[in-house]
Amino acid sequence: MKPAAFEYARPKDWSDALQLVADGARPGTGTQSLGPLLNLRLAQPETIADLRHLPDYAGVTVAGDVLRIGAGTTHAAIEDGIVPGRVGAIMAAVARRIAYRPVRNRGTIGGSLAHADPAADWVAVLPALGGTAIALGPKGERRIPLAGFVLGIFETALAEGELLRAVEVPVLPESARWGHWKFCRKVGEFSKATACLLRVEDAAPRAVLAALDGPPLVIEDARALVADPTGEAARVVGEVEGLTPWRSAVAQAALRHAVEAAT
Amino acid sequence: MSRISISLTVNGETKEVQTEPREHLADLLRGTLLLTGTHIGCEHGVCGACTIEIDGVPARSCITYAGACDGATVRTIEGFDDDDVMAALREAFAREHALQCGYCTPGMLVAARDVVLRLPDADEARVREEMAGNLCRCTGYRGIVRAVLSVLAERKKGA
Repeated sequence: MKPAAFEYARPKDWSDALQLVADGARPGTGTQSLGPLLNLRLAQPETIADLRHLPDYAGVTVAGDVLRIGAGTTHAAIEDGIVPGRVGAIMAAVARRIAYRPVRNRGTIGGSLAHADPAADWVAVLPALGGTAIALGPKGERRIPLAGFVLGIFETALAEGELLRAVEVPVLPESARWGHWKFCRKVGEFSKATACLLRVEDAAPRAVLAALDGPPLVIEDARALVADPTGEAARVVGEVEGLTPWRSAVAQAALRHAVEAAT
Repeated sequence: MSRISISLTVNGETKEVQTEPREHLADLLRGTLLLTGTHIGCEHGVCGACTIEIDGVPARSCITYAGACDGATVRTIEGFDDDDVMAALREAFAREHALQCGYCTPGMLVAARDVVLRLPDADEARVREEMAGNLCRCTGYRGIVRAVLSVLAERKKGA
């Protein structure tokens, strides 16, 4: 239960951080997900580049109708309302149910996304909100839609040598309807099935089904789900391979509850 | 094996310590600084026994590593002697049978103090939700929840 030896580096700026990553360092921020893997020796990086002290790494800026959330923003800051408006209210409610407050005080939105545990929260919620990842590489910034960002278990669309710098989320009208439901066997445990649904006037509702041991399933046009939650949830979940009967039942319930909450 | 030198403030005192980057803060506190009030349970962030304050907020010291604590301000259970809320919680924990073996208690108290200060209007359901990150294998939680609620109620009366 003690990590294998690693070196610690604290980059002062982003070019320093990119150089460290190019040299093989593993980025670390709050180490709330990486820490358990280190202690169990499932992860044995040679060097950890601690991104926490980088300029502009945490915090939220608003530019027109887009919110830019620094990757180093903690779940606790989001829970406490650092993100403004309707999006902020939605994200605060999600953040409150991520692990436990002492974990949320150090765990970050970017760290959680880049870690890409399929059962985590932002990997499910941000695609539903229409978010975009801002990756920084040696050639500058690159935008990656968060629908499609997680490719598999602990696998993302970030290229080798790239860092996740921020996420952008479009501002939502106050009238936006939101449903989010996840099943945890105990408060703060990893979810066994998560579903989200976003409904904005004059646009097709968007749904996400996640936490089923693979990348989240994004349904860009979820009109059929809204029209017939029971039938469509059964059809969508039926297409996910390898689910045990109870998991399938919980996943269907998640979709139905998300639709209900957003109605 | 690399050694690093870090400086951190622990319970109000500046400490310069030699450590390895892989050492987590709980081991550093217990082994190097001999502050054994911080307990180690699961060592992967689940049980809450190692919960202490880092830079003014509760955090898991078993998944926070030495290097990251260079420059940090840390407060362990030994650093709350002059704290009114902690004094009230200690008394309430004793009165309400909120501990038996006491292993979870230091982490439980740090988490409970945060709940009392951050959520003055918390009801029983909220206290149970907020304290879910600290496991106790003795009490069944009833006494712990009662203790936290009683301190919340006392503070409301006093306010």
